Amino acid sequence: MLLDYHLIWENLPLYFNGALLTLKLLLLSLAFGLVLAVPLALLRVSRSPLLNFPAWLYTYVIRGTPMLVQLFLIYYGLAQFEAVRQSAFWPYLSSATFCACLAFAINTSAYSAELLAGSLKATSNGEIEAGRAMGMSRFTLYRRILLPSALRRVLPQYSNEVLMMLQTTSLASIVTLVDITGAARTVSSRFYMPFEAFITAGLIYLVLTFILVRLFKLAERHWLAYLAPRKH
Amino acid sequence: MLYGYGPSILEGAWLTISLALTAMALAIGLGLLGAAFRLSPVKWLALLGEGYTTLIRGIPDLVLILLIFYGGQDLVNRIAQLLGYTHYIDINPFIAGVCTMGFIFGAYLSETFRGAFMAVPKGQGEAGVAYGLSGAQVFWRILVPQMIRLAIPGFTNNWLVLTKSTALISVIGLQDMMFKAKNAADATHQPFTFFLAVGALYLVLTSVSLLALRFLEKHYSVGIKAAVL
Repeated sequence: MLLDYHLIWENLPLYFNGALLTLKLLLLSLAFGLVLAVPLALLRVSRSPLLNFPAWLYTYVIRGTPMLVQLFLIYYGLAQFEAVRQSAFWPYLSSATFCACLAFAINTSAYSAELLAGSLKATSNGEIEAGRAMGMSRFTLYRRILLPSALRRVLPQYSNEVLMMLQTTSLASIVTLVDITGAARTVSSRFYMPFEAFITAGLIYLVLTFILVRLFKLAERHWLAYLAPRKH
Repeated sequence: MLYGYGPSILEGAWLTISLALTAMALAIGLGLLGAAFRLSPVKWLALLGEGYTTLIRGIPDLVLILLIFYGGQDLVNRIAQLLGYTHYIDINPFIAGVCTMGFIFGAYLSETFRGAFMAVPKGQGEAGVAYGLSGAQVFWRILVPQMIRLAIPGFTNNWLVLTKSTALISVIGLQDMMFKAKNAADATHQPFTFFLAVGALYLVLTSVSLLALRFLEKHYSVGIKAAVL
């Protein structure tokens, strides 16, 4: 037999736990990333260079360097400083799960902020003028008109970002975490059958990708129904 | 500078650049082939092209790298053993890296190229045929030069992602700048310094690429009037 699937079957619980960790990393980093992305996007659409430039620099640097470098800077790099090791954050910063989440959240915040800024800039002028004509303050305008509309319209591009993040979480296996890729690496080295081990991991990622694509289709049907082509 | 590890990291940077360029050359070839498949009127070719892009885009780069490097090596040896070949075959990490990266980004580029080919007005190809050009001549002399302008934005994006993804090849032991930085960090206990330096080098690489490709886009857009809003 060229392929051996018996051992994969026996190690399925390991893959299952790995999938749970992958999903946990994905959800946490997306949630924190989005919370960071909204203020960043607001800075990016600002006309004042004093506000715009720092946000531009942040997204440019994060988007111009590899995720692996960012992860290593946080996980291995921060330990170089005595002050960090003495600080109250050290219990968190020495945990691989926390560092991976932090690095992923920072990374996705930069990409999402650019997407959201693009969506904010694409808001039709009429909506903003209508808001002004109603006497809305700038804050109310953002809260009631610009942000809800931009967050809806960014959904199709954001779904791409979420799929990219699902793939990015595989880097967690490089800093010792046992996510789906980590499970495959464990099985591969324990039984020396890399081909079957990584094929299985790839299939699980494909299934997760299809589920996410489906979920975003449903979300678009719900929140973007007003932009869908007319059916009759 | 950098506790004497500077030259070693620069050597790694050179390997990173050559890996990215070689992989991109392979990806362009595969991308053109994939785009041709997907636009082909032959149904099973179109399906094959679609399967290639869907499969590759749904699996993380790291898993594909590990699959092709460790899994590919294992499979090659199992087949060799079945054929009665007893020596162990080792795959070079550079070749594995080029193949994996080329294979992955070929899938992404085939989407970019497909969109760009579809955006070239149909009359252009038909005019070429009317002048008596052969199919290959129409493709290389009429479609490709016009497609390049439309493909550059997507190409730029793919090139930047590819350059950054090459850092992952250090995981399978290629001595690129990431690998050298990790070694230096372990030896000197100064990981932040070295990873920051490598991050800066990547940033220089991506910034230079952005400028160069922007210049290229201008070059290919000569004679195209942009709409003024």
